[in-house]
Order: sequence, then C-alpha cells, then structure tokens
Amino acid sequence: MLSLLVNGQSYSVDAPDDMPLLWVLRDIIGLTGTKFGCGMAQCGACTVHLDGQSVRSCVMPASGAVGKKITTIEGIGATEIGKRVQQAWLGIEVAQCGYCQTGQIMSATALLAQKPTPSDADIDIAMSGNLCRCGTYVRIRAAIKQAATGQATLPQTIA
Amino acid sequence: MTSPHDDVDLESPSRRELLKRGGLVVAFMWLGGASRIWGMNSSEPIDESHPLFSPNAFVRIGSDGSVHLVMPNVEMGQGVYTAQATLLAEELDIGLDQIAVEHAPPNRKLYINPLLGEQATGGSTTVRYCWTSLRDAGAAARDMLVNAAAQRWKVDASQCTVTRGVVTHAPSGRTLRYGELAEAAAKVTPPAKAPLKDPKDFQLIGKPLRRVDTPGKVDGSLLFGMDVRVPGMKIATVRACPTFGGRLASVDDTRALSIPGVVKVVKIDNAVAVIAEHFWAAKQGLEALDIHWDPGVNASFTTEQMFADLANASEHGKPIVAKEVGHPDDVKGKVISATYQLPLLAHAPMEPINTLVHVRPDSCEIWVGSQVVARCADVAAKVTGLPPESITVHNQYIGGAFGRRLFEESVGQAVAFAKQVDYPVKIVWTREEDIAQDCYRPAYYDRISATLDDNGKPLAWIDRTTGASVLASFAPVAMGKDGLDPDLVECAADLPYAIPNLRSEWVRHDFPVGMKVGWWRGVGPTHNVFVVESFVDELAHAAGKDPVAYRREMLSDDPRFRGVLDLATQKAGWGQGTSAARQGRGIALAAPFGSYLCVIVDVEVSPQGEIRLTRAVAAVDCGTVINPNTVEAQIQGGLVFGWSAALYSGITLKQGAVEQRNFNDYRVLRLNQTPPIEVHIVPSKEQPGGIGETGTVMAMPALTNAIFAATGVRIRQLPIDTSALVQDKNALKEVLSATSPVGDALEAGELS
Repeated sequence: MLSLLVNGQSYSVDAPDDMPLLWVLRDIIGLTGTKFGCGMAQCGACTVHLDGQSVRSCVMPASGAVGKKITTIEGIGATEIGKRVQQAWLGIEVAQCGYCQTGQIMSATALLAQKPTPSDADIDIAMSGNLCRCGTYVRIRAAIKQAATGQATLPQTIA
Repeated sequence: MTSPHDDVDLESPSRRELLKRGGLVVAFMWLGGASRIWGMNSSEPIDESHPLFSPNAFVRIGSDGSVHLVMPNVEMGQGVYTAQATLLAEELDIGLDQIAVEHAPPNRKLYINPLLGEQATGGSTTVRYCWTSLRDAGAAARDMLVNAAAQRWKVDASQCTVTRGVVTHAPSGRTLRYGELAEAAAKVTPPAKAPLKDPKDFQLIGKPLRRVDTPGKVDGSLLFGMDVRVPGMKIATVRACPTFGGRLASVDDTRALSIPGVVKVVKIDNAVAVIAEHFWAAKQGLEALDIHWDPGVNASFTTEQMFADLANASEHGKPIVAKEVGHPDDVKGKVISATYQLPLLAHAPMEPINTLVHVRPDSCEIWVGSQVVARCADVAAKVTGLPPESITVHNQYIGGAFGRRLFEESVGQAVAFAKQVDYPVKIVWTREEDIAQDCYRPAYYDRISATLDDNGKPLAWIDRTTGASVLASFAPVAMGKDGLDPDLVECAADLPYAIPNLRSEWVRHDFPVGMKVGWWRGVGPTHNVFVVESFVDELAHAAGKDPVAYRREMLSDDPRFRGVLDLATQKAGWGQGTSAARQGRGIALAAPFGSYLCVIVDVEVSPQGEIRLTRAVAAVDCGTVINPNTVEAQIQGGLVFGWSAALYSGITLKQGAVEQRNFNDYRVLRLNQTPPIEVHIVPSKEQPGGIGETGTVMAMPALTNAIFAATGVRIRQLPIDTSALVQDKNALKEVLSATSPVGDALEAGELS
C-alpha cells in the first residue's frame, strides 16, 4: 500500500511501486484531469506538482511521490498563482480541444511560482516540454504574461 | 417548421459552383441530394425523456428554467459547440452563460450534415451548413415561447420582447421566464417559418464570446472520452499487427497473465489486447506477451517503393481530368516544370485513441469521441450482430482529431474485443499504437508545369497529382461518375489566378491493401495549395518579379482575393525595409472551404540550416464571423499544425510497417519554435466560410516560400530536409554535437 497526499487529501492505494503516478491518479484515485499523452515524458500532458515542482507523472513512479505534496489540476485553483493562471487562460481563451491544457496550466503555475515575471526565454524553457497539437502556443505565452503582470495584452473573451 | 438551408442550393448546382464549395462537399453532394432523402427536419421532436419543451432536435427547455442545446456536430477544439450554441441562442434570445450543451446521439434523420451526407463533422463544413438551419431552430423555439406568454396574458405576441430568456410585455410590465413558459409552449403550434433577426440586431453573433467548453478545460473537470469511467470497468491496451494487412499468428500470454492486475488476454484476427484493472498493468501485460505475426503480402513494402510506385503511376497511369480550360498542350513558350512530393502523415492528436464498450447479451453501449457517431453505431451493430436499436453511443469531447476520428475502425476493433467479456472495458491505445495504426494522410507525387509568355506570365498550366483516394473507401458511392475524387483536386482545379489554358488532373494510385488512409486537417487543399503556391513562387522567380506583384498581375476577378492580399501585405509591411542575409519572407494565397486567406511568414535560416520562424501575418475573409476569437485561434493553431508537418513530421515505412512511434520520432512544433502570429479579419457580410482547417492549408507554402527567399533553396519535398539549407558544413558539425531538442533536455533535467 502506498500512502499519497493529493490536493491535501490522503489516499491509501494498492499499487505496485513502479506504477507511474499518472495511472494511480487516473485509474485508481479517479482524478482524470491529469492526461495521458505519450507515456515517455515527451508531451507534458501529465504534468503535476510534487512539492510545487513540475513533474511528468507518466514516468514518475508513484512510490517516489510518497511523503510529498502532490498537486493536480483539480487542486491548483486553490493556490493563488494557480487561480490567476486559470483566470488568464479563460480571459484570452487559450484552450481549443483542451486535452493538453491542464498540463500547460500546471507547468505555467510552477513557472510563475519560481519566476513571478518571466521573460520570453524563461517561458520558452518552462513551457517547451508541453506539446499542444491545436497550436495554442501564442496564447499560452500571452496568458502567462497576463497572469504574471495582471495586464491584458490581448482582447478578453466576453463571459 | 421546415428547415431549408437557404444558402445551400441543393437543386442543381453547376459544376463550377460546386467546385467553389470544396471537393468533399462536391463529392457528397454528388450522392444525389442525400440531404433531401434524409432531410434535416429540425421540427421533429426529440426523444421521450425530454424536458417539457423540446420543439425540435436542438432545443430543450425545462420548467426549472434549464436550457439545453443539443449539438449536432462534435467538439474537438475547433469551437463548433460555441458556434452552434451561438446560432441557436442568438435567435432564442438567451445568453451563452444560461445554456448547457449536450452531445447529439447517433441519429442521421435529426443530425445529418447535409454538406457531407452523413452525421459527420469534417471538411470545415459545420458553420457553412448550419448557419441558417440552427438560427431557424432557435427562432422557432422563441416564437413558440413568446406565443405561450402572449396567450397567457391575452395580448398580441408582437407586443412582447425577449431578453436573456425573459419574455416581457412592455405595456403592462409583466414578465415570464422561459422555464415558466415551457409547458405551455409545448402546446403551441410551431410556426411555418419564424423570421430571423436582421444582422444589425445580433447580440451574440460576431462577438468574442467565451467558449461554452473552456471552464471545464481549465479546471480539469471536463470529460474527454479517455476520462469516462463506469462501474465495473476494466482497462485494456492493444497491439495490432505492425505490418499493414498482417494477421495474428499466435500469442503466448503466460507471462502476461502472471502480472498482478492483468485479468485476461483477448484476441481478434489481427490484434491482441490485454485487459487489466488499470492501464499500467495492461501495458505491462502487453509488453510481456510473446506475439507472432503473419505479416502477409506487405512484408517488404517501403517508403522508397511507395514513391517509386507513385512516380510510375504519374508517368504511365491514366489521369482523370477534373478541369480543362482552353488548350494547355498547344501553347508555345518557355516551359517550367517541377515535381513535388508529400509524405504520409499521422494525425497524432494529444488524446490517443480510446473507446469504452459494454457489450451485454441484448445491447451494446459505447462511450467514444467521434466525428462520425452514427457510423460508430453501425459498426457496433455489425460486429455484435445486435439490431441497430440496441446500440447506444454516447459521443464525447475529443482531445484533438484533425480527421483521425472520421474513421470508426478503432471502435469496431474495441467492440470486437469487448464482446469477448461481460463487463465494460475501456480500450486505450498507447501513443505508439496511435501513431503506428493511424489512417494516414496519403502521400502525393505531383508534376506541374507552366508555359510562360514573354513577360513570364503563365499562358498554360498543367497540374497532375498522383495519390490515393480517401473517399473511395469512406463513401465509394460519392465518387464522381468518371471516377474522380474531388478532394484530390480541391484548390488545384480552381486557382486564385486567371490562366487562359489549364488542366487539373489526377492519377489514382491506391496503397497496398490493408494500409488505411484518411483525411488530415486541410484535406485536399493542404496538399494542393502547397504545390500551387510553391510553383507560383517558382514562376515569379523565373520571371524576375516580386512574388506579390506577380500574383497581383494574375489575380482572377474575384475581389475577395485582392482584399486579403492587400490586407496581409500591408500589415506585414511587404516590400518595406530590407532583410539581412538568410532572412526571408514568403507568401501564400488561396480560398479553401469558402474562405479567402493570405498568409505571410518571415524566417531566418542559420548557416547550419536551422529554420526559425520569426513572424506570421494572416489576413482572412471568411464571410460573416460567428466568433472572431475562434477565427483567430483556428488560424493560429492551423498554422502551427501545418508548420509542424512541414518542418518535422513524416511517416516512413519499412517492412510494411510504420517506423515512427512517439513524439520523439514523430516530432511536432513546440512553444519555443512558434513565432508571433497576427490574424487580421476582413469585415464581410457574405455567407460564413469554413475556418478550422484554413491555417493548415496556408502554412506550408508560406513557410517554404520564405525559406526560398532566405536561402535560394526551393523545397519541393516535405518534410523539409534541412541538410539542403546548410551554408557552412563545419558549423553544422558543431551545432549537431551541442544541441538536442529543448523538450527532451528539459525533461531529462527535471526527471534526473
């Protein structure tokens, strides 16, 4: 049995030690906001936080997350930065199909936690591991800046 | 109420009018008015379990005030749920924040897309076909609600107004909400035809409204097909014979069955699946199988063979002429010719293929995101032998499709596995399986030539494309009488340019049996516009003219081409300033899917041959805009999708199998490689054009023309071979030893 702390809640899960955290979250705990895209840390759709750091949960053994605070997209809105990032994502309508966006938001939130006002180069480094086949990259960049500065550089959607 | 789609003349469109609408649309309209047979009768009430007021297939209003709009097409990122909800809500006089959307069930009678003759989402047809019919449906519902209020108040309906779902009788100040009127409205006689709003009164259409699906995509609560869970469900993963057309010879599952969590191994003719308690066990189990394949007749097929066959067919095959104007063979002058080669492509959407199926003795229930939900029901009936009425399909949000989910073969496979067990099983393909078992965008081999006058203008133009037909397997009955698949010549037969002598033709060359082909974002135009706009650029260069000035001289009399050309060149500053060595600017102009676009791309090519996109400017005239935010997003995203393919993506074959498996060897564009992209919209009151695929159509030639401007190297084969762009071979060696893709480096660092 593995004891995991996910979004502030404790879970005891019956899973092999080498089972990636992604599948524990999705198939055992039932948190499906974290996505499967490639299974080999190429796409970033499975990004979650361990003690605030981005990790690719598809290659992270669940046993490696024991004793750490796991945050997923379902919990990120409870953080001040995560909430700001989500608001910016809505404000300029980043998502298209949306499948990769939960991972994008997790990477962006980790970036802003480390670098409150990231440069373009910082954004390149932090976000280039997250693929988006819909090609929302222009808006991802703008949304990160909007979340960082509170200044909107693109027109906002009408809710 | 009947629902004529006024903007689609189904009676007797001329061939030319049809070609202007786009190849797939032409193809399906050749079905002989399929839409008239099935009709799109939006007055037909929907099922029994409906809320109180369901005047047609799209609107359901409950006495609790809930308003549900049923979406006839599927949302895969392109924004159709928002567009279709906007059309309904506009005439219903309700806010997008007051409604919920639902996926339509399989029902061709109610939800057919008349431009495709099928309950299908594709070919950038959605808004084009439903622009009038969904507004009609919304207006009819509003009319009945208003009449219910007027009857209750015993006043004339013309004295009533509606704002955000509240009917007001201004003279008396009385109000009633839609929910309060639902029961009475259900008894009102539907209007023969409710009047539609004057466009100047639109409250929703044309505004950047927030998409109806984004809140759930931002907090992780929205369910894709991959996320659906039902009680008692197991999870399986699959391996099909990697060699096309091959069969499963034998499999030893002893080791797999000993893995904790593995439940069962099931087989079909050409594939094997491991069913387990969770995906991880299933995948471990799959890797532990000892599988022997019978590779069949394609065992030695390769990419080289494929292109040799295509070239041979192009030289010696019999072309089908799609269009001939004047006498292109008889014109004398300087002849320029070129051969272009396009690769097989995978779709590689972010959500790998998955299907949840529960086969019971007397029924089959399926949860899957599909562009052809009715076909999913058909295949389930066929595979289970159950009658069609016992099949239920719950369509789902799709995590990107780009054409992949127009093909329901993976659903048939899932049902074939699931019928071997009595519990629900979710079949999830690995990324490797998703890339190795796609329905591939066919490869093409195109020979094109032009005869020029003394000023370098083309007097004659002959474009012979050679490749496989997707339509021939998707809907054989829709093939033209002469055997033409119009998709093959879309945007090749009809050019933005006036050329007096022209022939557009196609040599059909199908791939070996067992190899699946499919439509890919941008369909025919993605292929043809690359060839046409690259070749026009070649001609401009041969004439010693500026590519924009050259195009401008040859433009047809359709003013919408000039409109986008003017706007894009002005915004990009074409011809202004000077560019440094190995910097270049390229242009592409076309009118796919009823929209007009001009895209200009700036690149920098390093001495080592690395390509960096530095800026892109798009001008679009897509007629009436439903949501400008979506238009911009689709063009930006479509460009990225096309550049990915041009720069990196290509499926190659060895021993009859695909060589690529994941995003490390089927690379796509990343954020750090994406330039700023401006999208400028030409204001228009024309009928809406399609938008979802247009960016992809424009991406490749604008990029390769820019590379030519920067380096003088003409790219006639995709994906781009950067070794041809190397200026300094020694510098290349240094770069190769020093770099790795950013994504890989990042992940390695993070995970170490």
